[in-house]
Amino acid sequence: MQAMSFAVHIPLVCFGIAFPAMVVFLEGLWMRTGDPLYRALAKRWSKAMLILFAIGVVTGTILSFEMGLLWPEFMATFGDVFGLAFGIEGFSFFMEAIFIAIYVYGWDRLPPRTHLAVGLPIILAGFSGSLMVISVNGWMNQPTGFSLQNGEVTDVKPLTALFNSNLWHELVHMYLAGFIVTSFLVASVYAAAWLRGRRDRRHVVGLVVALSFAALAAPAQLLVGDWAARTVAERQPVKLAAFEGLHETEKGAGLEVVPGVEVPKALALLAFHDPNATVRGLDTVPENDQPPVGIVKTSFRAMVGIGTALAALAVWFVWMWWRRRRLPDTVWFPRLLVAAGPLSVVALIAGWVTTEVGRQPWVVYEVMRTRDAVTGADGIPVGFAALSLIYIALAAIAYVMLRRLGRSEFEVSA
Amino acid sequence: MLADLAAVFTLIGLTAYVVLGGADFGAGFWDLTAGGAERGAPVRSMIKRAMAPVWEANHVWLIFVLVMLWTAFPEAFGSITSTLAVPLFLAALGIVLRGGAFALKGEAGTVGEARALGATFALSSVLVPFFLGAAAGAIAAGEVPVGNAEGDLWGSWTGTLPVFVGFLAVATGAHLAAVFLGADSQRAAEPELVGRFRARALGSGAAAGALAIAGLVIANSEAPRMYDGLTSGAGLACVIGSALAGVVTLWLEWRQRFEPARYTAAAAVAAIVAGWALAQAPYLLPPELTVHEAAASDATLAALVIAATIGLALLIPALAWLFRLTLSGKLRYQDEPRP
Repeated sequence: MQAMSFAVHIPLVCFGIAFPAMVVFLEGLWMRTGDPLYRALAKRWSKAMLILFAIGVVTGTILSFEMGLLWPEFMATFGDVFGLAFGIEGFSFFMEAIFIAIYVYGWDRLPPRTHLAVGLPIILAGFSGSLMVISVNGWMNQPTGFSLQNGEVTDVKPLTALFNSNLWHELVHMYLAGFIVTSFLVASVYAAAWLRGRRDRRHVVGLVVALSFAALAAPAQLLVGDWAARTVAERQPVKLAAFEGLHETEKGAGLEVVPGVEVPKALALLAFHDPNATVRGLDTVPENDQPPVGIVKTSFRAMVGIGTALAALAVWFVWMWWRRRRLPDTVWFPRLLVAAGPLSVVALIAGWVTTEVGRQPWVVYEVMRTRDAVTGADGIPVGFAALSLIYIALAAIAYVMLRRLGRSEFEVSA
Repeated sequence: MLADLAAVFTLIGLTAYVVLGGADFGAGFWDLTAGGAERGAPVRSMIKRAMAPVWEANHVWLIFVLVMLWTAFPEAFGSITSTLAVPLFLAALGIVLRGGAFALKGEAGTVGEARALGATFALSSVLVPFFLGAAAGAIAAGEVPVGNAEGDLWGSWTGTLPVFVGFLAVATGAHLAAVFLGADSQRAAEPELVGRFRARALGSGAAAGALAIAGLVIANSEAPRMYDGLTSGAGLACVIGSALAGVVTLWLEWRQRFEPARYTAAAAVAAIVAGWALAQAPYLLPPELTVHEAAASDATLAALVIAATIGLALLIPALAWLFRLTLSGKLRYQDEPRP
């Protein structure tokens, strides 16, 4: 159930992270050039941002409720270890809510410079909020900052837990993912309009700004992904083995690119940057400590495959823009972009499934099992069904609103 | 010491939520009862104008309270959320519906759509404070034992006192909303609306006051410990303070002085929350778990208190700015031209 809520919430988070930066960038462009189109577009995007933020607020509330409703034992045992992170996240969320309201409702009424400055805390709060949430996830993968005596948590060092060593790669990975998802989703909306023949300047600007962000984030993500995978290889070898479906420990392990085709030594090379490194297999831990390999392997591949394709798409754009100062003129470019938006969400969810399911059966890696963390209350299926319906309704609401926003009259005023 | 500080912060957050978030829910109550499409339109549009820029920020106080609770008092949090899973889940559903419907309301294309969305918004605005109030009432009544779902999933919050606190939460929210909206109407120079909100404020204020007095009587028979706390020492001071603030508020409403009434109405509600906390102190989950027993380790509490202090220091000026801009009409909601 929480998985479903997260799946709904995460794409919204991406907008919370990246959209403010894109909107403020557009507003900055307007202030530099004085071109009213930039301002009108920024205004338009900020409205969409507010809608998505409102829905993010309610799904975020559900999540914090669910933390307790579903995992009372987990919270009761470890709440004080990682709670600080959520505390700071709560404040970030607060700041974001306040400044988004001022920003969106303050167009036309605040002096331009003040208005632009109001955008900055939104970006900052998006960053610090994701920093904190990722910190908790990093901690679940590598619990530090406390000791366990007879099932009781003692000697808590919240700062050690907060700045656990998994934080940095997971953070950069997620932050970039936020930009990738947001920019490709925005680009795919404009690409769809492009295909329907709306090719005026407004659509070109929307497309190019979104793609520029994508072009920065997507290729960089390949490098960060490599960093993340190597860290996993080092710290959670069983998880890496699940990524690749490696059942037995192997020296110089190969990489199965497509089923049946194996590149010798490639996995060892990728994971440890050493073709002869020994890669630990799933067999190094007892069977009931192994994650469900099928799911992890599939989702890991989906993420890597889509991520690579998106990076290629972004590079194509950069190349054309740099050499010819125009968009690729084949009709396939916008078509691929239309697909890229939803695909980026798939990659996002797949990446999250990879890290979460890859950690199973542990909720706190090698400390607490998921089944020991769950609530003793009944009625989860009922709640699940109700919540599914609500989310479908929310999705419909968001869709209808954004569509209406897209269709409403576009006014360019200086 | 640290545990007390953390409890005070949690309480500040809770009070802010009951007042500010409560008023937003109360606005939903007036939306629900505003009457037919034509007659209710000015009331509804005033509600929308007043709420749109601030409701998200107001709502985040709830998240603040939850986070404080699970960080500083993890054991209590686990016990509360597992035993009170039903009302909390229903409240969470209501929160989603309320937020979603409110966000979409202005964009409705047809009358039917607008009506359905408005009804969803208004109805869930009434249900959420009821369920949250019932959950709080269950804690006050001592129905939440320590442990993973140790209490009765249904019986714990369907007793007289919890249900009663649920009603009280709806009533105080409605009263706050009527006062705030009355003041907003005055600023907007809409005398007809001022009159309508005055009547609502007086009615709901009287109802909330009557419920609060009845609540004491119920506590006397259902939760004697709570009653003792409320009728002696600091608890009694809060009860008297709340009553005084309530009477002053009613008088100000009568005289149509809504601006100062904002603060007295808020004080009356805040005093109820403080009184509840003081009455059950030192217990967090009466009759078993005290604040100190439930508290997290000192290192966590210290870090949390420092973080919360810094956070509030950043937050309060920002919030103050938001409210000032909203009240001075700089953040007016503007309808976009329809296609």
